[in-house]
Amino acid sequence: MMTIRFKPKFWDHQDAAAGPFKSLFNFRRIWKQAAFLTAAVALIPLIFMAIIDYNVTQNAVESEILLRTSSLVSNTRRTLSFFLDERKFALNFIVNDNTPESLKNPERLSAIMENFKKSLGGFCDLGVINDSGVQFNYIGPYQLIGVDYSTHAWYREVQERNIYISDVFLGLRNVPHFVIAIKHSAPDGSSFVLRASLDLERFKELLSEMEVGGMGDAFIINHNGILQTPSRYQTTVLEKIPLPVPEYSPKTIVYQTLDRNEKALIVGYAYITDTPFVLVVTKQKTELMKPWFKTRSQLIGFLGVSISAILVVIIGVSTYLVNNIFLADQKRVMTLHQVEYANKLASIGRLAAGVAHEINNPLAIINEKAGLIKDIFTFRKDYGNDSKLNGLVDSIISTVERCGTITKRLLNFARHIEVSVQKLSVKSVIQDVLGFMSKEAEYKSITISVDIPDDIPEFESDRGKLQQIFLNLINNAFAAMTDGGKLEIWVSKHGDNEVSIEVSDDGCGISESDMKRVFEPFFTTKSRTGGTGLGLSITYGLVQEIGGKIQVKSTVGKGTRFTIILPLTYIKKKGEGYARIAG
Amino acid sequence: MRVLLVDDEEQLVSTLAERLAFRGIHANWVTSSTAALELIETESFDLAILDVKMPKISGLELKKRLQVLRPAMKFIFLTGHGSEDDFNIGTAEAGKDFYLVKPVKIESLLEKMNEVMQQQGDGK
Repeated sequence: MMTIRFKPKFWDHQDAAAGPFKSLFNFRRIWKQAAFLTAAVALIPLIFMAIIDYNVTQNAVESEILLRTSSLVSNTRRTLSFFLDERKFALNFIVNDNTPESLKNPERLSAIMENFKKSLGGFCDLGVINDSGVQFNYIGPYQLIGVDYSTHAWYREVQERNIYISDVFLGLRNVPHFVIAIKHSAPDGSSFVLRASLDLERFKELLSEMEVGGMGDAFIINHNGILQTPSRYQTTVLEKIPLPVPEYSPKTIVYQTLDRNEKALIVGYAYITDTPFVLVVTKQKTELMKPWFKTRSQLIGFLGVSISAILVVIIGVSTYLVNNIFLADQKRVMTLHQVEYANKLASIGRLAAGVAHEINNPLAIINEKAGLIKDIFTFRKDYGNDSKLNGLVDSIISTVERCGTITKRLLNFARHIEVSVQKLSVKSVIQDVLGFMSKEAEYKSITISVDIPDDIPEFESDRGKLQQIFLNLINNAFAAMTDGGKLEIWVSKHGDNEVSIEVSDDGCGISESDMKRVFEPFFTTKSRTGGTGLGLSITYGLVQEIGGKIQVKSTVGKGTRFTIILPLTYIKKKGEGYARIAG
Repeated sequence: MRVLLVDDEEQLVSTLAERLAFRGIHANWVTSSTAALELIETESFDLAILDVKMPKISGLELKKRLQVLRPAMKFIFLTGHGSEDDFNIGTAEAGKDFYLVKPVKIESLLEKMNEVMQQQGDGK
């Protein structure tokens, strides 16, 4: 139902008369071309720009995320470096400010330890080792004085590099911690090492202060990928992380990878210089992209609405324009047919006039000859009493008179086809038309009743057009009636300025569905019997041209009534001159 | 009353002359305007009955020429052109002239002839 309601008139139109130019009148194709071309011109740049904008914005958002991650990693690395440097400098200061002798004093070392705890924090114990690798003083929870570290790898490293920072390890206390050791060499060649153990609490604090987002994580690993601080997803330290060990770089690096659940992961890392530590920050990309996803949904929604609106407008405008072209074409075809019809009538009229005129002369001769015979009978009395001969002559004369009436009527009718506006009596026009139809009515046993009151005034109108109107209506009525039908014509005054003419028949009637289309050009129910579907359409046009209105009422099986309302004063229409030439 | 009949249909004009003769009206007939103009030089007529449509010189033109030669002459036109309206519209030059449409009844013709002859003036 919806399809039918919104289907434009031109959709199923096929102009069979268009011949080789059929494609020019394929309105459905014109509509498709117009709609698709306009849609392509409007939508392709829009979609293209939307895709570019989408990619640019997405890349910008991703870059921004990577930049922010990089910035976060860099800042944290600086903080961690600062943390470690602070402690290295403090230990360095102690070894430079104290002699090995003073550091042998447990009270002195204990005082230093107290100061470290108060001012810096994170220190668990503090030990001093001589150049033989033996710890000679120690402040801490264990009894480690006298422990020989000379064979330990860390001791050898501090001997070589003067400083050593260890990985995180459990040690004796079985708590993750790490060690910073500083070697001090005296000018006399002697040396000692100050070794401090630090817990991971400050590291954890620093890492927890990082803004890594809802699903993000920040932790420290060593160069072998062993977790140094607890992470969000891996709380046990000193285990290998599921990510590969990032490649060394002096700068902060951010890259994208997939986690164990195949989800996109943004990983930022930075090697903390001169330490075994690597700061790693991971972020769930989907989490970070959430604001972009929201914006993207809005953009796609807006694009969808825009495309829909553009398509609706394009379809609407294309339909409107093609429909107008279609209607204009229909009007053009209608006008052409009207002109053709009028020309045909005019030609018939001229032919009839010529024939009638030519016949009038021989008729006149017959009339005069018969008249002469009658005169001879009358004046000479030779045959005057021969009633049969007199009857024959009278019959010839009356037949000639009848022929004369026919030719006069033909001439009269033909002449008015080409005559324009004039004062006329509707009675005479109807009688003229009926004059031609009376024989057909007789053959079909159709009774014609005409009721025209005497008070109907003469009025100005186009006699030719009126003749055509009545001829068409009466022809139509005849076609609708079977033998023995009844045609009625009533004329009455309609208000002060109009006259109403009703032509009704008791024929087959018009169905309700056909009623709506009865004045449409080319609509016919008589296609099998040669109907062109133009009669009523032309009648409608003619009535409008002379400023009138036409209505139709019909009941199937009972009959049809056409009512024409004509103005008593003729109103000139535009293009009347053209119609006159055509007529 | 002397009557001149001019029509290119000889059968018509001769028969009409004969019928008028039965009614005591002497009518000369010719079948062309040229012959009518020749005849008028030697004969005089009270009334001319002319066909409107004739070869070379039409009935209307003939009337003009005859009027020059015989100003008192009266005229009746015969036409095959259908009706009074047609005649007046199509040939305005005919003005107030009397006419009859073919085929014409003899009674109508006689009536018209009387009417014309009773008309005062020059018959224009």
